[in-house]
Amino acid sequence: MTKRAFRLETEQFSQERFFCRFVDWRVGAGLLVAFALSMAMASAQGAAQQAAPSPLATLVIWMPFILKGFALNLVISFLAMAIATVLGIGLGLMQISLIWLVRAPSRFVTHLLRNSPWLVILFVIMLLLPVDIRLPGNQRVMFPDWIKVTIAFALPVMGNISEILRGAVNSIPTGQWESAEGLAFTRSQALRWIILPQCIRRAIPPWMNWYALLTLSTPMASIFSIHEAVSNAQAGMEAAGARPGLLIPFYLFLLCLFFIYIYPIAVWTRKLERKYAVGS
Amino acid sequence: MFELIAPFFRHLYERTGLNFIVFYDPHEFGRFVAGISISLQLIFWSLLLSLVIGVVGAWTQRSQSAIWRGCVHAYIQAFRNTPPMIQLLFFYFALGAFTPSVDMGGYTQPIISSFVWAVISFGIFGGAFNVEIFRAGLDAVPESTLEAAESLCFSRWQTYTNVTLPLAFRISLPALTNNLVSLAKTTSLAYVIAVPEMTYVLNQVWSDNINVPEMMLLLFLYYVLVVTLLATALHALERRLVLPGYGQ
Repeated sequence: MTKRAFRLETEQFSQERFFCRFVDWRVGAGLLVAFALSMAMASAQGAAQQAAPSPLATLVIWMPFILKGFALNLVISFLAMAIATVLGIGLGLMQISLIWLVRAPSRFVTHLLRNSPWLVILFVIMLLLPVDIRLPGNQRVMFPDWIKVTIAFALPVMGNISEILRGAVNSIPTGQWESAEGLAFTRSQALRWIILPQCIRRAIPPWMNWYALLTLSTPMASIFSIHEAVSNAQAGMEAAGARPGLLIPFYLFLLCLFFIYIYPIAVWTRKLERKYAVGS
Repeated sequence: MFELIAPFFRHLYERTGLNFIVFYDPHEFGRFVAGISISLQLIFWSLLLSLVIGVVGAWTQRSQSAIWRGCVHAYIQAFRNTPPMIQLLFFYFALGAFTPSVDMGGYTQPIISSFVWAVISFGIFGGAFNVEIFRAGLDAVPESTLEAAESLCFSRWQTYTNVTLPLAFRISLPALTNNLVSLAKTTSLAYVIAVPEMTYVLNQVWSDNINVPEMMLLLFLYYVLVVTLLATALHALERRLVLPGYGQ
């Protein structure tokens, strides 16, 4: 980007961005090595203190169990993101509606969802949603805890996706709307064929940011004793004798696990962002 | 103030069954006020620490030494790409297990309390975002403005304090507002290490009194209020600092 005299490049700050501007494979690999080193060091210290199997050996024993929990984290993140995307687009379209009665409530909902902490939304859904719903045909639909938590995670992301959509639509130049009108497109036709296709490329990097944020929030499910990675790791430590020497290796392993999953997404998002920035 | 509102809420409970116990029971009221105070302190200190880390980190990232830059970069990546909750657990349980304790006569208390661990953890987490925000602000100050300052016989230090910093701060402010607001919301996570802040206290209240919906409503109101106030204050600051003809 060329710097023009006496002009602040404010447009680069207009977008909420989660990932760092410079992500690089080498840094990620270096960090992983550092993680592994500190894990080995911590476990060596622990081994010197206790006669029982070394913390690293304990970690290896419990690893499949933790990984199984992590799989649940991923399932929750996929499902929640799918729900959030569908509902968020709906809410976003309501936000740009021309009818005041549709626009105002959807604005309110969006702001409420965006401005409350995830944990509070989690509590609301977990405690206030019924365990089952009785359908008219006397059928019962059960809501297991992990489904409820998925819905709860979807809500804040839904508010943010709604806002992304509104921002993306607003960022399309008015000329596009006017030329669509000149070609006798109705408003919904213009949205469907002209405006929204242009929004997709603008919306994809922030959408991926939110997916990463969502995945990084899924450990909160452990508060409600859902058997995901963190609660499984804690159960593992408990079962292995709850020695203090286990704490650092186990928690470092969890951090590592999420880092390995999220970091490639960060690199990819950054790449897409750069590509689309050149295109537009 | 308590005497003023207590009869109303007691009456409300008796008439409608809406049990806002924190507003008419002295004991619960005390808990509630303590929760607000701890929660606000937690937000204040976390934001402050994250700002300090952000400024120091941004300075370090512009230093000549590649090693320092690499360290800051690794720090940013490590803390941005891992879950804040596990960071908090790691700090409190894993590192906390190895910090010394003091004998308080009969029982021992760790030197670093869960509140302090929460501040440290949130400060470091938020700082990882602030470094990048401040650095981008410093980078966005146009070269020609600095040259203009040089041609007016400003020394390097004068340029830095009179031109670069004021401009960089204004440029970073919108992104900073976003990040600080989201950090303030993240502080509710301190619940997991039992810091008696708002979420934790109200959780205890609703467990004791089985009035989940009312307390939930209160919790929502509290956070919406805090977030709105914080955002309004920062936006007001933004408007106050605006330079006519610059940016926008």
